[in-house]
Amino acid sequence: MNYSSYIALIPLLPLAGFVLLGLFGRKYFKSAAGIIGTLLLLGSALLSLYTAYQYFLVNGKTGDTYQTITAFKYTWLSFSDKVSIDMGVLLDPISVMMLVVVTFVSLMVHIFSLGYMKGEERFATYYAFLGLFTFSMLGLVLSSNLFQIYMFWELVGVSSFLLIGYYFDRPSAVAASKKAFIVTRFADLGFLIGILVLAFYGETLDFQTLLHTLTTQQSAQHVAVVTASFAGVTALTWGVTLLFMGGAGKSAMFPLHIWLPDAMEGPTPVSALIHAATMVVAGVYLVARMFPLFAMSQSALDVVTVVGASSAVIAAIIACTQTDIKRVLAYSTMSQIGFMMFSLGLIKAHGTYSVGYTASMFHLFTHAFFKSLLFLGAGSVIHMVHSNEMKDMGGLRKYMPITHITFLIACLAIAGIWPFAGFFSKEEILLTAYQSNKIVYGIALLTSGLTAFYMFRLYFSIFWNKEAHLHGDSHGEGTWSMKLPLLILAVCSIAAGLIPFGSYVSINGKELESHMDLSFSIAPLAMGIGGILLAMWMYRKENNKPQQVATTLNGFYKAAYGKFYIDDLYLFVTKKVVFNLIGRPAAWVDRNIVDGLMNGIANATATVSNWIKGVQSGKVQNYTLYFFGGVVALAVVFIYLWK
Amino acid sequence: MSGIPIYQILIVSTALFFIGMYGLFTRRNMITMLMSVELILNSVNINFVVFNKYLYPGQLDGLFFTIFIIAIAAAEAAVGIAIIINLYRNHQSIDVEDASEMKY
Repeated sequence: MNYSSYIALIPLLPLAGFVLLGLFGRKYFKSAAGIIGTLLLLGSALLSLYTAYQYFLVNGKTGDTYQTITAFKYTWLSFSDKVSIDMGVLLDPISVMMLVVVTFVSLMVHIFSLGYMKGEERFATYYAFLGLFTFSMLGLVLSSNLFQIYMFWELVGVSSFLLIGYYFDRPSAVAASKKAFIVTRFADLGFLIGILVLAFYGETLDFQTLLHTLTTQQSAQHVAVVTASFAGVTALTWGVTLLFMGGAGKSAMFPLHIWLPDAMEGPTPVSALIHAATMVVAGVYLVARMFPLFAMSQSALDVVTVVGASSAVIAAIIACTQTDIKRVLAYSTMSQIGFMMFSLGLIKAHGTYSVGYTASMFHLFTHAFFKSLLFLGAGSVIHMVHSNEMKDMGGLRKYMPITHITFLIACLAIAGIWPFAGFFSKEEILLTAYQSNKIVYGIALLTSGLTAFYMFRLYFSIFWNKEAHLHGDSHGEGTWSMKLPLLILAVCSIAAGLIPFGSYVSINGKELESHMDLSFSIAPLAMGIGGILLAMWMYRKENNKPQQVATTLNGFYKAAYGKFYIDDLYLFVTKKVVFNLIGRPAAWVDRNIVDGLMNGIANATATVSNWIKGVQSGKVQNYTLYFFGGVVALAVVFIYLWK
Repeated sequence: MSGIPIYQILIVSTALFFIGMYGLFTRRNMITMLMSVELILNSVNINFVVFNKYLYPGQLDGLFFTIFIIAIAAAEAAVGIAIIINLYRNHQSIDVEDASEMKY
């Protein structure tokens, strides 16, 4: 079966959209830009669904194992026989699953934006950027080697930068886009070094070859990577931990998470696409992709677990105190990604509890739906009330019934209430945690309770609480292009959990026997419902209970409201330490030595040319004189001196 | 004709050449400069004819060259005068010193 012919089209259609709209959009397709972008993406979404159907249900399996297929490979740069940089398409269960998620959510966001972004000055540019992002993200998930994934990794970073800074006339958006770019770039430095370490020992960049040679016990490369060490840590652990640093930066894991809440300055549909469903899970995807290597190093797995679990709980606590609805959602995203991360980290080195792998991917899958639904719902609300602040909302359930119902569904899903999608995936993650590490299980359980609490705090603050006082210029719930994606995503948020995910995605491609234990579900469900009831008690009607609680927990509340001062710490380190100790001397060297050298050369040239420019007198007869003088001189030289 | 030694004729042509050269360097009027150039060319013509006559009397190459040079000199004078006319239209003068726009 030849996959390559149409799979290549999946990322290329959005790229075509980017080129077309980016070059000609503002001039020729001012209002048609949205339709063009959406139709191209519809094509790519249908192709992805077809690919998934072919792969999962028709011919992906050989025997009982899903194969890893390289659909096509093209050597791009060949340095030597062994070292080359390829461009390829790799199909395995997780990449096909991501393909569906990315194109589907992107399609929903494209449709939603038709209504949401209507009338924007740079409407076509917006769709061009969305196309660029979708192309990069698809390239990332389909990558067949480390270098290719790094390239697309940077491309998604760039498109995220462009989209966060979409409203570039707002200083806060510009600052946020720079922050996002710099923080993730900093993390990508680790990623790049990790790639170099692994490629150096594995002697290849290709995923399949790399994983195969490094995990084969007898191979020279395996011995080298396990024995070589730096600062008491093996090269393998260094490599994968640095790789994880890149992943943590992109996935906004503590302590590299500071860019994600600020990234909410971008248009809300962008947050739904990039900062909830797709780009931020790239880190999880990377860890899953390289998992056989992580599995060889227990300490790297521990790093993943600790970072994941601490991000989950810290973000959940901060989310309970924020008042900007998009920021609450951003922290909630970070918390959920923390779940996915520690679920991967908890898989023990020798493959036990491998349900964690499936659970993580399953949660990634379901989270993409309900989180993008939450963001799009929030987008609808913001569209209606023209504010991000909770205090400007309240009592909106009568005015926006569809948003209300779909938002409720998404909240129930993320809170892990049966039978919504989040219940199934979170259940498996908690099960993994329960089996392998009780401390992480405790944290996870607490975090699920907090998740339910802050989501319903959000829900009740938006749709219940006080009576609505809308301005006269409100334009209702929005067009059908805004309501339709909400409905579709709501259906997915209900149904996605019912997919027998274990039989499609598992650590070794074989079907995973899922054993749901009903009695196990009681604790998480109780935590979820407890969180919801608490939120209901505090926020259903307008009252002063939230203030009372805040005063009781005075110091802690303030710390959480101030995001535990992590941003301030970064600011201190960058502004005071890095800027003064490194930035200023470097600037001095640049200004005085580097620039000085260049200026000196330029000045010397100018002076010399000033001296000799008199030769160019502009008088024809001078020139003839020089000319004949030259002829005479040459004649003298050749006749008398050149013997 | 055969009584005149080659040196005398060469002295004439050399004198002609340096008169032309002097005129080219000193005159500011472009027409005069053009005339000086013609003098230089004519001195060359004389040389061609004389050397042909005295050294290779059986051949005609030098004479051909002379005719070529006369033809080309005519063309060159036409082009030169055209340039001078255009210059005059722009500057209302045919003094070379006035055309100094291209100076540094």
